[in-house]
Order: sequence, then structure tokens, then C-alpha cells
Amino acid sequence: MSDQTTNPIAFVAEGTIPPSPPPANEVGVVKWLRENLFSGVTNTILTVLSLVLIYILLKNTLPWILNGVWNANSLAECREILDGKTGACFAVLTERWPQLIYGFKYPAEAYWRPNLAFVLMLVALAPVLFFDLPRKMLLFTAVYPFVAFWLIWGGTILVPLVALVGFIAAGAVFQKLGNNSFAAGFFGAIVTALVIWNVGGALIPEDASENAWLIAVPSRDLGGFMLNMMLGVTCVSLSVPLGIALALGRQSNMPLIKWVCVIFIEFIRGVPLITLLFVASVMLAYFFPPDSTVDLFLRVVIMITMFSAAYIAEVIRGGLAALPRGQYEAADSLGLDYPQAMRLIILPQALKISIPGIVNVAVGLFKDTTLVSVISMFDLVGMIRGPILASTEWNGVYWELLGFAALLFFVVCYGISQYSQWLERRLATDHR
Amino acid sequence: MSTMTDPPKADFRLSMLINDTRYRSLTFQVIAAIVIALSIWYLGNNLIQNLRAAGLNISYSFLGDPSGYDINQRLVEYDSQSSHGRAAVVGILNTLLVAFLACITATVFGVIAGVLRLSNNWLVSKLMAVYVEIFRNIPVLIWIIIIFTIMTAVLPGPRAFRGDNATSSMLFDAFAFTNRGVYIPRPVFANGLFGATILNWLMVIVVLIGSWFASREIEKRATLKQEATGERPKTFLVKLAVWLVPFALLMLIMGLTWDIPALKGFNFSGGIKVGGPLIALWFALSIYTGAFIAENVRAGIQAISKGQTEAAAALGLRPGRIMNLVVLPQALRVIIPPLISQYLNITKNSSLAIAVGYADITATLGGITLNQTGRAIECVLLLMLFYLTASLLISMGMNIYNASVKLKER
Repeated sequence: MSDQTTNPIAFVAEGTIPPSPPPANEVGVVKWLRENLFSGVTNTILTVLSLVLIYILLKNTLPWILNGVWNANSLAECREILDGKTGACFAVLTERWPQLIYGFKYPAEAYWRPNLAFVLMLVALAPVLFFDLPRKMLLFTAVYPFVAFWLIWGGTILVPLVALVGFIAAGAVFQKLGNNSFAAGFFGAIVTALVIWNVGGALIPEDASENAWLIAVPSRDLGGFMLNMMLGVTCVSLSVPLGIALALGRQSNMPLIKWVCVIFIEFIRGVPLITLLFVASVMLAYFFPPDSTVDLFLRVVIMITMFSAAYIAEVIRGGLAALPRGQYEAADSLGLDYPQAMRLIILPQALKISIPGIVNVAVGLFKDTTLVSVISMFDLVGMIRGPILASTEWNGVYWELLGFAALLFFVVCYGISQYSQWLERRLATDHR
Repeated sequence: MSTMTDPPKADFRLSMLINDTRYRSLTFQVIAAIVIALSIWYLGNNLIQNLRAAGLNISYSFLGDPSGYDINQRLVEYDSQSSHGRAAVVGILNTLLVAFLACITATVFGVIAGVLRLSNNWLVSKLMAVYVEIFRNIPVLIWIIIIFTIMTAVLPGPRAFRGDNATSSMLFDAFAFTNRGVYIPRPVFANGLFGATILNWLMVIVVLIGSWFASREIEKRATLKQEATGERPKTFLVKLAVWLVPFALLMLIMGLTWDIPALKGFNFSGGIKVGGPLIALWFALSIYTGAFIAENVRAGIQAISKGQTEAAAALGLRPGRIMNLVVLPQALRVIIPPLISQYLNITKNSSLAIAVGYADITATLGGITLNQTGRAIECVLLLMLFYLTASLLISMGMNIYNASVKLKER
């Protein structure tokens, strides 16, 4: 009481007191560590175990990688250079690089052709993958398969040219008739293309390939990672349209078409890819006309395409089923016929939903292209297991080669999956 | 003043086949049927002509001929004088063996990695993410070859176990890891109840199934009592006894001893030999598919709304019990369907055995038998038939299970 009267000056704060810094263990690294690594007894044990695991892994691999020998001509030479120390012998990669990438029979002076085809592939894929790029680039994408075929296989330019002309004519016919009736345009285009291919094929002289500008390389000379890439890209791009057709067929009201598609899909999905590759290598030849020789690459492409188309069809069926019924009804109420409704309303949305699934199938397919080594085609794995490890110079360099193959596949597959996640975010039109 | 007009005469015009929805689907199906019939005829015709040109005919009699090759990994009696058909049976059993083993271990790996990937511990979840990404993005064939290489090129030969200054030694004096395979002890029944070993094993299985039924009955009683009185009797010890006592008794009666592998001559003998190819295939399939299952498990757990966890926590449940009693039972409904396809994938991927020389059905029927007899069409068809049947059976079995755990709604 008396204090108040004797001390007339009351305390008045004249400014805000600056906030004091939080306690040291509530900020920065310490807080993060406490919350994420040492928040409890179990957590601490887990952290310590993980650290031990990481330490063991690094202790065993780092010296091996860092001590790697990059220049030598054989494993013996590598060991000499290492002189008893642990270290990898990466020299096998530098020495056998062309074989790993192009196979052991592709003519060395023609390596620039697959290289160019690869670079052009990136250009051709760009407008498909990144749709902000000018749409005119799609023209190049349409021409690319023919260019790539000519670059890689060489021979006469007339073959891809005739094929291209057939497609262009078919496209033109479809444009003309398709406006009126989709079916007429569709069948008209097929007939046109067949006529042009047959006539054009007959016009190409027999010996056109022999003194062509690019020397012809037979399919059996393809190999290495190039073969994996070619099989992967070709089969994925062919199987998406086939998969869409199968998915639509499975949803169809027409019992015959529906059951054909169901049986096809279930049959293909029920057997392993290896048996289908056996079909390609030992059985499919029996189904072609007796005098024709269809090369192994084409047979393998046919079987792998059928295989992945069945899986993609199931993914797209999921996308079709996920669309609300209202979308189908809206298309009907606008008076669109079936092809129009599918092309303009249903498929764009269904495909958007199916993107993650399709990418999954694509990645799986790309990994499965290694299985062709089982039917003795020399893809990357086939090269490693066959010619390279069997050679006297490099007998015993398992880890470097297998690690390289694993790394190569990891980079490509991880890249694809990251792209698909980016695409999903990009295409997300629903506002959450 | 309305005028009645007759409905239009149903006069049929040809254009109605394509323009009238009543007939259009019929038209298309007829066209499709013709196209399909033509292509089947074309392919079949080619096949017949090609076979005739090659002097072959479709016949399955080769299955009865002696095979003339040996299989070192086998579950039933087989030697090189047995028929190709028997070789195929050995192959089928081997396929089923490796698929069964790999399904179990892949599930274990997958569940552990999937749960740990959601851990609060930053380091652990990142480690698991790395595991999943690395194994998913590298072809399973490469994994199989890598592990096979470890089995054959890195592990020591039997010779390294010999002598006083041996460079390798057996684990617990019972397990030997050599480049010719892994040797593990084999249980032997000294005074078996029956003559045949298989009957003794059957006996063990019967006892185990009996224990399972008994422990389920105990559980049921406990639940009944809990519902009646609100108190749950402690059942753990009783259940443990129900599992262990009959089993131990049986083992005692049958006189269980272990046949421990020992180094004799140039190689180990005794025990069970698990071949390198089997281990490579089993382990590679497990870790590869485990990465996929981990993602399914993670997706399943994340599909359960956080409110469920919070509600359980509000009721006072501990984190472990929340996971077991609340989250996992619900997550199972999301996890099971993709899990079925992973099991199918394991079964189908086991056909990669041919790359490391494990004698599964693809390697026997589709490999050696096909090459020896040249009966490509018959072999490949039988192979496909087997895988189709296996796939259908697995998905049927799992679908039944799936139906039993699915959400019961109105």
C-alpha cells in the first residue's frame, strides 16, 4: 500500500522487449536432430543401426571405387597396377565401351549412325514429353521412326520412304473420309496404305541395298545397350495405341469383340515374358508363310509389344472405369458418336488418369528387355554374360560390369519415373 | 384433331447395317468374326505347311521318352533314365518351391521396408527410400545374376574349409556357405512312426494344424468371455503351450536328430544342400519384389486417414497396438489386391531361373527338353498352360482371401 503512495512513478513500458532467442536445443540443427533422429529410445537405436549400416557399406565400397583403375588392357594388368590394394578395374568399361553400347558386330565405322539416331530421338521425343514446345516439332516426331530405321539398319532409303509415303497417303485418306464417318476413314486408310506398300515394295529393285549410301546392317548384328533402347522405345510406342484399342474392346458392348479382347489380355498376362520370347524365337516362324524369313528382331518386337499392350490395356481400363459416368452421358447428350466421344472427351481424361500406370508398364518393359539375353540376343546383359566375361582378358571382372549395367538401367528408369511425377503435377487440373 | 399416322414401315435398307444402332454392332461383330476366322485360317495353314515342310507333326509322345539329362536340384526321385514328362514334373515342383519361398520372404521384406519408410526417423526413411528406388529401377535379371555371382565366384570353395589353418569356417559348426551351395542341417527321425519319411513329415504337419485349431479355439473362448464379463483372460502362455508341447512330444517320440553336413573328401556331405541357383533366384526375387511390395504397403498405410490413428491414440492405445489393431487391418484391404499381382509376378519371374541354371519348368521343359527333342510348339504350349493355370489358381485363392477381409458394407 505504502509503496504505491511513496513511489509516484509507475512502470510504463516504453517499447516492446525484443524476443529472446529460443533455447539452443529448439533451433537449427540441434532441433532437427532431436526431432528426426533421436526422439526416443527406439528411434535412437534405429539411427545408430542405420549409421552403422551406412558406415559398413561405404567402408567396403569407397576404397574399391576410388582406387579404380581406368586404363589397362586386361584384368592381369589391372591387378599389376593395383599391386595388392583393393580397387576396381574399370578399365574393362573403357576398353569394351563400344561393345557394351553397340554390341560386338555392329561395324565400328558406322557408330555415328546410332549416335545420331539417339540424339534425333531426344529431339523427336521432346515435343511429346514437354508439350510447351512448338507443336510444329511433332512433324519431325512423325518422320523420326523412318529416319531412325534408315540410320540404324542402313541399306536403301527407298524402304523407309515407301513406308512413309504409305502412312502419309493413309493419313490423307483418313482426313478426307474420316470427317464423314470414322469407320469409312479408318478402313479406307488401311486399304490405301496396304496398296501403296505392296506396289512400292514391288518397285524397289532387289539389289538396292547393296550399293546404298549407308551400308546395310542386319538385325542380328545389333547389340549392347542400343538393343535395349531400341526394343524399349519401339515396343512402348507401339503398345500404347494397341493397348488403347484392347481396353476399348474390353469395355465394348459387342460380346464377340469383348471376349476376344478379354481372352487375349488374360492369356498374355498369365504367362511370363520368357515363354513369349520362346514363342518369338522358336515358334513364331512356323506361323509365317513358308518362304518368308521374318528376322528375330521383328519377331521379338511383335511379342514384347503384345505383352506390354495387354498390361497397358488393363491400366487404361482402370482409367476408363475411373471416369465419372456423367462424362459418358455428357458426350452422348452432345450428340457425339462413339469415335468422337472417345477421341474428344473420354480418352484424354482416361489417359491422364492412367499416366502413372502406363509409365510403370513402360519402365517394367524397359527392364524386361534384358530378358532377350535368354534367347541369345546380345543386349547389354547378354554382352556382359557372354563375350566379355568369357574373354581371357576380362574373365572375373563381375562387379564392374554388372555394376555398370545396373547403373545404366537405374539412371534411365529413375529418370523416366521422375518425369512421370513431373507430368502428373503438371497435368493436375483439379484444384486442391 | 390429332391425326394418327402409321409407324414407319420397317423396310430394311443396306445402309442401316452401318448407320442404325440396332444393326451396327451386329455388322461389326460379323466383320470381326470373319477377320478373326481368316487370320486363324491363315496362321493355321502356314503352320501346317511349315510343319509338313519340316517333316514334323504335333505329338506329345516325346513326354514318355527317356530324358537323358540330369537335374541336381529335385524334390522327387529323378534320374537321367526318367521320362521327359517326369523332368517336367520336377521342374514344376522346383518352380512352385522357389515361388513359394520368394513370396514369403518378399512379403516380409516388403512389409518391413514399407513400414520403416513411413518412420519418423529421417535417416531410416531415407535409407528405405533408397532401397526401394534402387531395387525397383534395376532389372531383376541383373539382380539374379549379381547374387548368383556372389554365390559362385565370391564364396569360398569346400577346399577352404579343410585343414588346420582353414580360411573359412562353418557358421555355428552347422551351416556351410560354399561356392557349390549352402549346406544346412537336415532333421532326421531316428525312430519314425512310419516307414516312409514323407509320412513322418505329414504327421508333423497334422500336429501343427491341430495346434492351430486349438489355439484358435482358445482365442474364441477368450473373446466370448470378454464379451460376457468384460475381462479378457490371459491366453499367451496357454497358446504357447498348445503350440510347443504337442510338437516337442512328437519330436521326442520320433527321435529327432540332426544330420549335420561335414567335409568328406572333396565336398561336403550330409545335411541339405541348397544350390546356388536356388538361393540366387529366391533372394533376388525377394528383394526385387520386396521393393514393390514396400510401396504397396506404404500406399495402403497412407490411405488410412490420420483421424483413425488419432482416434486410437485418444483412446489410449500405444503406437504398436495402433498399428496392429487399427491401421493394418484397414490397410490390408488396400494392400491385398496389388499384393496378389506381386505374387503372380514372382511366379512368372521365377521363369528367369533359366538364366542361372536352376531347374524350374522353363529350364527343363522349355530349355533342355525343347532343345533335345525339337518339339518347340508342344513344349511352349505346355509351358504356357502351366503358367496360366498357376496364375489363375493364385489369383483365385488370393481373391477368396481378399473377399474375406474386404469392407463389409450395406
